[in-house]
Amino acid sequence: MSLSARVLDGDRRALARLLTHVENDDELGRIALDRLYHHSGTAHLIGITGPPGAGKSTLVNELIRAYRAHGNRIAVIAIDPSSPLTGGATLGDRIRMTGWHSDPDVFIRSMASRRYGGGLAAQTLALAHVFDAAGFDPIVMETVGTGQDEVAIADLALTTILVQAPGLGDSVQTLKAGALEIGDLFVVTKADRAESATLARDLQRLKTLRQGDPPAWDPPVLKTSATRQEGIEDIFAAIQRHSDWLIESGERERRQRRIAAAEIAAFVQAEVLRRADVNRRQSHVVNLIEDVAARKATPHWAAQRLLETPAFREDSC
Amino acid sequence: MADSAARPIRVLVAKPGLDGHDRGAKVMARAFRDAGFEVIYTGLFQTPEMIAAAAAQEDVDVVGLSILSGAHLALFPPIMAALREAGREEALVVAGGTIPKADIPAVTELGIAAVFGPGTRLADAVDFIRANAPTRQDEP
Repeated sequence: MSLSARVLDGDRRALARLLTHVENDDELGRIALDRLYHHSGTAHLIGITGPPGAGKSTLVNELIRAYRAHGNRIAVIAIDPSSPLTGGATLGDRIRMTGWHSDPDVFIRSMASRRYGGGLAAQTLALAHVFDAAGFDPIVMETVGTGQDEVAIADLALTTILVQAPGLGDSVQTLKAGALEIGDLFVVTKADRAESATLARDLQRLKTLRQGDPPAWDPPVLKTSATRQEGIEDIFAAIQRHSDWLIESGERERRQRRIAAAEIAAFVQAEVLRRADVNRRQSHVVNLIEDVAARKATPHWAAQRLLETPAFREDSC
Repeated sequence: MADSAARPIRVLVAKPGLDGHDRGAKVMARAFRDAGFEVIYTGLFQTPEMIAAAAAQEDVDVVGLSILSGAHLALFPPIMAALREAGREEALVVAGGTIPKADIPAVTELGIAAVFGPGTRLADAVDFIRANAPTRQDEP
């Protein structure tokens, strides 16, 4: 029996194995994903992002508890960064997600970013499709600890949760463009700390400054404390509300198309980069690189010449 | 179909039992990371079932057990049994920590491929894993 058939049959060992092939984007992984893709598309995809140490993994653990209490089968993809120097990685998110080892309806998988950028790994969504086909719903994707500008998760998730911890700066931080604009939900963690009220208020005020018509979805600002076991039911309810709104408003289909477009674009980009890399040692490309480095040609002009190369266009590489 | 040669080796570094000393485990995790491995660190106080579940879900090639409590002969057998139960019998299992020389035959008898005691050169542990991590085959 093939790995993909075993995955559809509920075989967890096959699922773990297939995730490796899909993560490595090898031939077996691609064949299996082609077979499984049409079995996916029903799961709710939750993206969780925020700075390192903000409490993302701890929040995910609380979400696992909440979803299990409601009878959902939940999968988690937890991404940590790969070393830019060696390619190695320390994946430590599952330290915060304990107590589920004997629960067959919880599957936690750590993933190294493999230098993809944007707080994600290249195959994040591909892994989500496999979990989706295997019957997990929701699927939680936890990004690398992010800064101000990693917003790609919003292109992969149906509900994006932006996690913010108190004590990382004053109210000017909440005025900045970037990551703070992508949250469907804002979660302020460590609510047992005094500064959390200020942060929640700043995030709340941010919304009152918005111009024009009120938005169709007003992102709630919610506080939680894992040590006090507070706030998680409100977050669970807000995710449900957002999921319902996505369906009723037609936004879910729009986001599904956005996800599909982002995924196609990512494959095209990867393929172009691969071909550019394969072509790098060919004499005409070496000449282009020389000319650009010597300021005889511009990078943009050289890129156009490279894209027009027959070898590049016909994938003879 | 064989895995591509370029893919990183995935290693689970686990701390079984009631043993709060994780300096050694963290040093090894760091050495493995610097060797280009992807290391999943479990944290402290892991039961055999927790280690097996993590090894299964993460589909690691290698399981490294770090133990300084003296309970290795009590804990390693149920860990090996739990790994088999989870379908991970092909994983390379190595151990480190304070395991007396006299106990090493009993430990290797369990199927643990190597014991890296105090004074082990980090490069030796890395080289051993590179040389012995399993090559795994799957039907498409």
